[in-house]
Amino acid sequence: MHGLDFDVAHMLAGGLVLVSLMMLYQDRLYALINTLALHAFILALSVAWQAYIHNAPHLYITAAIALGFKALIVPAALRNIVFRLGIHREIETVVGIGVTMLVGIGLVALSLEVMLPVTTRADPLAREDIALALSVVLIGLLMMVTRRNAVSQVAGFMSLENGIVLAATGAQGMPLVVEISVAFSVLIAFIVIGIFLFRIRERFDTVDVGALDSFRGEHE
Amino acid sequence: MILSLAAQGTQMLLVLLLAPLLTGYVRKLKARLLRRRGPPLLQPYIDLRRLLRKEAIVADSASWLFRVIPYVVFAVSWVAAALVPTFATGLLFSWSGDLIVIIALLGAARFLLALAAMDVGTSFGGIGSSREMMIASLAEPAMIMVVFTIALIAGSTQLSSVAAHMLVTGVGLRVSLALALVGFMIVALAENARIPVDNPATHLELTMVHEAMVLEYSGRHLAMIDLAAELKLLLYASLIACIFVPFGLVLGAAGPQTYAVGIAAYVGKLAVAGTMLGVLETVIAKMRVFRVPNFLGIALMLGLLGTLLLFVSRTL
Repeated sequence: MHGLDFDVAHMLAGGLVLVSLMMLYQDRLYALINTLALHAFILALSVAWQAYIHNAPHLYITAAIALGFKALIVPAALRNIVFRLGIHREIETVVGIGVTMLVGIGLVALSLEVMLPVTTRADPLAREDIALALSVVLIGLLMMVTRRNAVSQVAGFMSLENGIVLAATGAQGMPLVVEISVAFSVLIAFIVIGIFLFRIRERFDTVDVGALDSFRGEHE
Repeated sequence: MILSLAAQGTQMLLVLLLAPLLTGYVRKLKARLLRRRGPPLLQPYIDLRRLLRKEAIVADSASWLFRVIPYVVFAVSWVAAALVPTFATGLLFSWSGDLIVIIALLGAARFLLALAAMDVGTSFGGIGSSREMMIASLAEPAMIMVVFTIALIAGSTQLSSVAAHMLVTGVGLRVSLALALVGFMIVALAENARIPVDNPATHLELTMVHEAMVLEYSGRHLAMIDLAAELKLLLYASLIACIFVPFGLVLGAAGPQTYAVGIAAYVGKLAVAGTMLGVLETVIAKMRVFRVPNFLGIALMLGLLGTLLLFVSRTL
């Protein structure tokens, strides 16, 4: 393994974890969506670098999908949704950013602790990518758990999917068919979630998922 | 032996002489960026001379601590600034130039200053001390985490060996170092009471932190405290230069010509650091005191993340 090849891959994967943590910090929706776009952009760079050092041209398609769909189309559509819902000026009341960030760091430590011992035989680059990808996935889940705004939860879901793609490319890439079908299923999921957002809004006049709880009678 | 003693002495005098100049340069640059003419570059020296000549007025309720602390704070800051390798590593006292020691010295200076601020019993001193302690209690863990990251990469907390490691063995492209650098800069801004955390040019009671602590001081006492603050700014600039951009640093013992080149490189690095600080302070606004914990939390998070990412780096 050449030093610089590994260093750049490590830097990009570490950057992806850092941007995931930055997403936890954002309390304005537009800033959150911009961070999501940055997340996908770094993912595209990371995948393209893996394609270059492994000499695997099909990974360039994965990188192009990440760049086109996730860094441009999805954020633009999310911005459109936020604008049409009329919540673009709202500041989300995130409780305990500091605690959430510390939990996020704890999840990074946990995923390293879990992944490094079980992959001792693997290629260092794959080990590192899988360990960091797991932490991106966990931070995406944390984002979905801690936010009450449905749009933020969508952003958490999208970053989670980015983590899965990072793990897949670290393991020398998944077959192209799988890759494309995953990308499309995510896009369809995004469309379905978008429709649901408007339904929730029509029914409850808000996209705060706390309203759903009280509708089910959980906070009575 | 004589030569290394002379080099160490040069370093001690150099930091003392350059510290007011760096502050003056930042002030001048900020004024020029706002299209004002600004004070002359040498104004901090003139201020110090004027303050030294003036009578020191001490409140009736002040104890002996109030009179002693300015000198102790100045001495501690000077020692700390002189321990950082500025232009060469192999100086006489380089063995004691340790990151932990420097953090401890600065912590001691901060503690004494907060004590002196509360000594007279005015409300401003109390406010200043409590805010300073709040900021310090957040900045110090962040600083320690950043130091851990650096120590894990370089295998030492001693500044000479850290600089030599960065310079000679070529650490490559490390995301952890980038995170540590950003964390270090945030801590440096907070510790030096610079703009997003505190405004060095204000005397507005709602916002001042450092200035509220030293409000009761005058004359030669104030000169000592001002000089200590200028030394602290220089110290953080030299620390960043020594750890993250050690280029031009003289390794081991050398002749006067080599040292002269090292000093020129050091002054160049200080100018770059001062320019960056001036531009940064001009383009951003001060944040509310209650947002400072979030800001310093970022530094802590960066330090933690940098340490964690080291475990999946090239040593894998």
